[in-house]
Amino acid sequence: MGLTLFDKIWNAHCVGVREDGKELLYIDRHIVHDLHAPHAFKELGRQQREVRRKDLTLVVQDHTVPTRGDATSFSENMSASQEACREHNVSFIDHRSPQHGISHIISVEQGWALPGKTLACPDSHASTVGALGCLAFGCGTTELVHILATQTMALSKPQQMRIHLTGQLQSGVNAKDVALHLIRTVGITAGRGYAVEYAGPVIRDMDLEGRMTLCNMTIEWGGRTCLIEPDAKTVAWYQEQAGDMPAQTLAFVSDQSGQLRSDSDAQFDAELTVDCASIQSQITWGTDPAQTIGIRETIPLLHGASSEQQARQAQALEYMGLQAGQSLQGLKVQRVFIGSCTNARLSDLREAARVVQHRHVAENVVALVVPGSAKIKVQAEAEGLDKIFIRAGFQWHSSGCSMCAGANGEVGEFGERCVATSNRNFENRQGRGVRTHLAGPATAAACAIAGHIVDAADLISA
Amino acid sequence: MTPFIEVQGAAIPLPMDDVNTDQIIPSKYLKDLHADLAEGFLAFQRRRLDGTRITDFVLERPQFKKAPILVVGANFGCGSSREHAVWAVQAFGIRCVIGHQLAEFFIENCLKNGVLPIELDVSKHQQLMQDVIFADGYSTVQVDLRNCEIRGLRGGVMTFEIDSQQRRMLLEGLDEIDMTLKHMIDIERWESRNQVLEAKSVIEKT
Repeated sequence: MGLTLFDKIWNAHCVGVREDGKELLYIDRHIVHDLHAPHAFKELGRQQREVRRKDLTLVVQDHTVPTRGDATSFSENMSASQEACREHNVSFIDHRSPQHGISHIISVEQGWALPGKTLACPDSHASTVGALGCLAFGCGTTELVHILATQTMALSKPQQMRIHLTGQLQSGVNAKDVALHLIRTVGITAGRGYAVEYAGPVIRDMDLEGRMTLCNMTIEWGGRTCLIEPDAKTVAWYQEQAGDMPAQTLAFVSDQSGQLRSDSDAQFDAELTVDCASIQSQITWGTDPAQTIGIRETIPLLHGASSEQQARQAQALEYMGLQAGQSLQGLKVQRVFIGSCTNARLSDLREAARVVQHRHVAENVVALVVPGSAKIKVQAEAEGLDKIFIRAGFQWHSSGCSMCAGANGEVGEFGERCVATSNRNFENRQGRGVRTHLAGPATAAACAIAGHIVDAADLISA
Repeated sequence: MTPFIEVQGAAIPLPMDDVNTDQIIPSKYLKDLHADLAEGFLAFQRRRLDGTRITDFVLERPQFKKAPILVVGANFGCGSSREHAVWAVQAFGIRCVIGHQLAEFFIENCLKNGVLPIELDVSKHQQLMQDVIFADGYSTVQVDLRNCEIRGLRGGVMTFEIDSQQRRMLLEGLDEIDMTLKHMIDIERWESRNQVLEAKSVIEKT
C-alpha cells in the first residue's frame, strides 16, 4: 500500500517509539514566540536542563509586540524572552530586526520551514507552513520544554484526511473565502484528530500565499496539522524569497518538488470533496468561524435544527447584535483590522490597497494595517502601498500579531463592530464586547471605506 | 508532574459547548507574567465591564470556590494551543475536566499538568451533567482514576474510559522528558544520519 505525503515526512523523522506508545518525531526547526518563551525557559532552568540544539532553535517576538509608536517599548514577555535567550545562548530575533515578524510568516521568509522537513511552534496556527509541504505541529508550553530538551516531539500519529477542493474559483474569490466556505461546510470539529492534506484543482491553481492562508485556518475546523504537495510554484516561491538563502537549501527545495507527494494508492482515513465553484466573498456573522455566509446572503434561519444548535445561534446573534434572516450588508463598522498570520502577506496588502486606492476611510472608522513581517512592510513601502493606506486614513503599523489575539493590548472598544482579516471571531477576543466579522483583505478594506459591511465588488463598481 | 489518583469535592456544571481558549483565559492575562490566572479563568463571564462580580455565575457561587471537578459541554478548550488555559483551570483549583469531546490541544495540555481530562459518550455526559446540575455543588463527587469511576452521583457510580498510557502517566506523575531521554542514542543516531539544512543566518542585533 502506498504512503501519503504525511506518512513519508513522519516516517523520515520518527526517531523511535517511547514506552508509552508515543512516537518521537525529530524537529528540524523550533520556533518559539514571546507568549511562551519566558515560561518555557524558566521551566527548563528549573529542571536544570539545557537547550539540546541551539542551532535549530529560534525565539521570535510577535504576540505581545507593540506595533505602533515607540519601538523602544517592550512588554514584560519581550524582555523576559530576550533575557532567556541571552542566558541559554539561543538566537533571538529582536522586534527591530529586519527579520522580525509573525512566527508563521517569517518561518517561511527565512527558510526555517522547508518542504519535507518538520517544524514546531507553540501556536495552533503553526500549520500555516504546511502550504510549502513542511510538516508543522503546534503545542503548549510543557511540550515546548520537551522540544528544547530533546529536539523531538512525542506524538501519537494522527489519522489522515484528504480534502479535495474542486471547481474553479470565481473572480474576486480568494483563499480566505475558500477557508471560510470550507469551515462553514464541514463545521468546527470536523478535522479533530486528523492531519489534513489539501488537494484538488483549487489548490493547484492557488498561489503560495493563498495556500498559506488556507493552511493557517486548519485548526479552526479542528485539524491538528496539514500539508500541501510542494510543486513548481513552491520552488518559485523560495527562489523569489531566496535573498541570502544557501544554494544547497534551494537545491533541496527544488529536489522535493514533484517528488514529495502522496502515492496514488495511498489510503486516507477520510476523504472529503468540497466544491468551490459557486462560492462568493465570505464573511462571518457569528462567534465561531463556521458561522459564515456569502456576503450577499442572509443569516440562516435554523428551521429544523436541534435545540442546542438554536441556543448556540441565539447566543451568537445576541453577542453580535444581529437577528436570523438579516443581511450583514449596510451594518455600520467602527474598526477594520488588516493583518495576522492569516492575511498580512504582500499579496493580501496589495489586494486591500487596490480597493483603497483613491478612496478614503469613512468617518468614525479606525482602520489599521499591520504587515506580517518587517520584510513585507519594506516591500509594501517600496511599492508605495503604505502611502495608499495612509492617504486613505489607515494607520500603518509595524509587524506583530496585534489585534488578531489582542495580547499586546491592541484591542477594540466595547460594542464595536470590527471587520478583521484574522482567523478567530470568538467573543471578546479582539477586546471585551468587540463584535468581529472575519473576511478577506478586499472585503475588510471595502468596509473601512464604506463605513459599513459591503461587498468589495459593489464598492469598486459604484 | 503532580500525580493524579483521586479527587473529591464539588463538581461545577458548565453546560456550554465550544467554550474557547479566549474565553477560558482572556488575552490580557497572557501578557502579564505574574497575572492571577485564577482570577483570569472565564473572567468576562464572571465580571461585568465595571469589574463587579456576576454573583449568580456558577464560578462565583460560594459552593464552587475551590471545587476540584468541572463538567463542561462539547469541544471545551477549542481555539489556541495556549497552555495558559489549563493553568487557569488549575489555578482555580480544578483537577479534573469532564466533557463530551474536549479539544485536542486542551487534552494534551491537561495531561502535562496533572489535570485529568475525561471524555464521555453523549448519554453518559448528559446524565452526568443533569446529576451535577441537580447536586448544585452541595454533594461530594469523587473521581477515581485507579478504578476509572465517578462516584457520589444521584444515578450511582459511573465508569469512564481513558487511554491506558495516559492513565499511567497521570497516576504515576511521570516525567515525559526523562522518558524521552531514554532514547538519546536513537536521537543521536538520527542526527548523525540527517544533515541540517542551513536557513538564512540570523542577524544578531548589535
